[in-house]
Amino acid sequence: MRTKKKNERIGAALFMLPSFAGMIVFSLLPILISIVISLTDWNGLEKLDFSAIAGSFVGFKNYAEILGGGEFWSVLGHTLYFIILYIPLVFLASLLIAEILFKAKKGAGAFRVIYYIPVLTSWVAASLIWKWVLSPQYGVVNQILAAIGIAGPNWLTDELWAMPAIVLASVWKDMGFYGLFLLSGLNGIDNTYYEAARIDGAGKIKLFFSITLPLLSPSLFFCLIMSLINAFQLFPQVMIMTGGGPNGATQVMVERIYTYGFSYFKMGYASAYSWLLFILIFILTLVQLKGQKAWVHYES
Amino acid sequence: MNRKKTASAVLFYLISVIIAIIVLIPFFWMISTSLKSKGAIMALPIQWIPEQPTLKAYQQVFTMFPFLRAILNSLFITVCYTVITILSSSMAAFAFTKIKFPFSNGLFKVYLASMMIPTQVTLIPLFIIMNKLGLINTYPSVILPSLFKAFGIFMLVQQMRSVPNDYMEAARIDGAGLFRIYWKVILPLCRSAIATLSITTFMDSWNDYLWPLVMLTDKSKMTLTLALNSLNGQYGTQYNVLMAGSLLSMLPIILVYIGAQRSFKQGMLEGGVKG
Repeated sequence: MRTKKKNERIGAALFMLPSFAGMIVFSLLPILISIVISLTDWNGLEKLDFSAIAGSFVGFKNYAEILGGGEFWSVLGHTLYFIILYIPLVFLASLLIAEILFKAKKGAGAFRVIYYIPVLTSWVAASLIWKWVLSPQYGVVNQILAAIGIAGPNWLTDELWAMPAIVLASVWKDMGFYGLFLLSGLNGIDNTYYEAARIDGAGKIKLFFSITLPLLSPSLFFCLIMSLINAFQLFPQVMIMTGGGPNGATQVMVERIYTYGFSYFKMGYASAYSWLLFILIFILTLVQLKGQKAWVHYES
Repeated sequence: MNRKKTASAVLFYLISVIIAIIVLIPFFWMISTSLKSKGAIMALPIQWIPEQPTLKAYQQVFTMFPFLRAILNSLFITVCYTVITILSSSMAAFAFTKIKFPFSNGLFKVYLASMMIPTQVTLIPLFIIMNKLGLINTYPSVILPSLFKAFGIFMLVQQMRSVPNDYMEAARIDGAGLFRIYWKVILPLCRSAIATLSITTFMDSWNDYLWPLVMLTDKSKMTLTLALNSLNGQYGTQYNVLMAGSLLSMLPIILVYIGAQRSFKQGMLEGGVKG
C-alpha cells in the first residue's frame, strides 16, 4: 500500500515535470527578474550579473518618471480613444454576426467560414492588407468613398484618422471571433423562454431586450473582459500600419514597451512600463468582476 | 403576412451578404493586387480585376527573401510548439485531476494566477534568459515557452474533470500503469477538447509576431510573419509582392481550419457549455 502511494507521487511528479519546469523558467523567474529590472536603469547591453544590476539600482525612479511625464498619459489617452471607438463597433458587428449565423438556415456553413477568415489571418498579413486597402490614392476604401462623392482622408498619415483606421482594421479582424463566441451563447439559450414570452405577446424587439440580452450577458461579459484586455495590449497592427505615428498619434503601451526595450535598450524603463500595463489591466478586470452583478445574469 | 415574412427573409440575407462582402473586399483586393505588375498597382483608375494578370509577384517573393525557408521555419516551429503544448498541458491536467499529490490545489492556483500576467511583462527578462542560455536566434527560443501554457492546462482540466473516475479504476484493475491510463484511456476520451486546443495553439503560434520578433533576427531563422514584416520594411511600396506573400502566409492556416472545422466546432460548443 505504501509503495503504491509512493509510485503515485513519483508518477505525479513526472507528469507535472514539463509544465512545472516551463512555469519556473518562462513565468515565475521572468516575473521576478522583471520586478528587479524595473527598479534599475540597466540597459540590457551590459553583462547580466548581480553586481551590474545592483549597481544600477534606482528605486522607483522609472515609475516616477513614466507617471510624471506627459507621454504616458497621452499614450493612455490613445488607448482610451481606441476603446471608445472599437468596443461599440465590435460588439454591434459581432452581435449581428451571431444573429445571422444563429438564424441562417441556408448557407450558414459558408457564412461561418467567410466571417472567420480575418480571425485566421495573422495580424502582420492583415495589417499589410489594410495598409494597402487604405492607401489614399490607390486603395479601394477611398475609391469606394469617391464613387459616392466623399473625399477620403489620408488615413494612416493623418493624425486625426490614423487611430480610426486602426480601429476599422481591428473590428474587421475580431468581429468573427466574438461573433462565433456569442453564437455559442445564443445556442445555449433555452427555447422555452422565447415561447413563454411569445405567448405573453412580446414583439421581436422586446424579445431581444428582455430575453436574448439578459441570457446572453455571461457571454457578453466574457467578450468585454477579453476585448478590453486585448485593447490594452494593442501591438502588431500599430507597429505595421503606423509604427506609432503620425507624430506619435497612435503610440500605445505595448508599442512603447517594445520601442523602449528593444530600440532604445532602456530595459529598466520598459520593464516598469510593462508593470504599469499589468496594474491597469488588473484593476480594470477587477472593476468589471465587481461590476458584473449589475448587469450579468446567470441562470441558476 | 406571408409577404412580410418573405421581405424580412430577403432583408436578412441582404445583411448577411453585405457583411460577407465587407469581410471579403480586403482579401479580394489582396488577390487582385498580387496578380498585378509593378506598374499596374499604381495605375489610375484602379483595376479591380488586373487587366494583364501575372504571377511575377509570387516569383519575386521567393527571390527577394528566403521565403521558402520562412515557410519551412514556420511549419517546423508551429508543429513542435503545438505538439509540446498538447503533451505538456494534458500531462499536467491528468496529474491535477486524476492523481492525488501534495500541494496539488495550491500549484493549480499558481498556474491559474500566471494567466493574469501579460506576456509583455515577461518579454524582456525572457530575452535576457534566452540570451544567457545562448538561445537567441534558435528554434528552441520560440518553441520552448510552449512547455507552460496555463490556458491549455485549465481547459483540459475542465475537460478531464468530467471523465468519471470509474474508467481509471477499471483500467487499474486490468493492471494498467499511470502512463498507460493517460495515453490509452484519458487522452482518447478528451479528443475533441484536444482537437480544439491543437487548432487554437497552431493558429496562435503560426500567427505570432511579438515573440519571434524579439527572439529571431537572423534571416535564415525567421518565421513567415517575420518574413512579411521584413519584406514590408525593405520593399514597403511593392504591394503586389507584399500581397502575394500575405496570401501565401494565409493559405496553410485556412486549409487547416476548413479541414478541422468539424471537430473544432464541436469542441467549442462543448467548451462553451461546460466551461
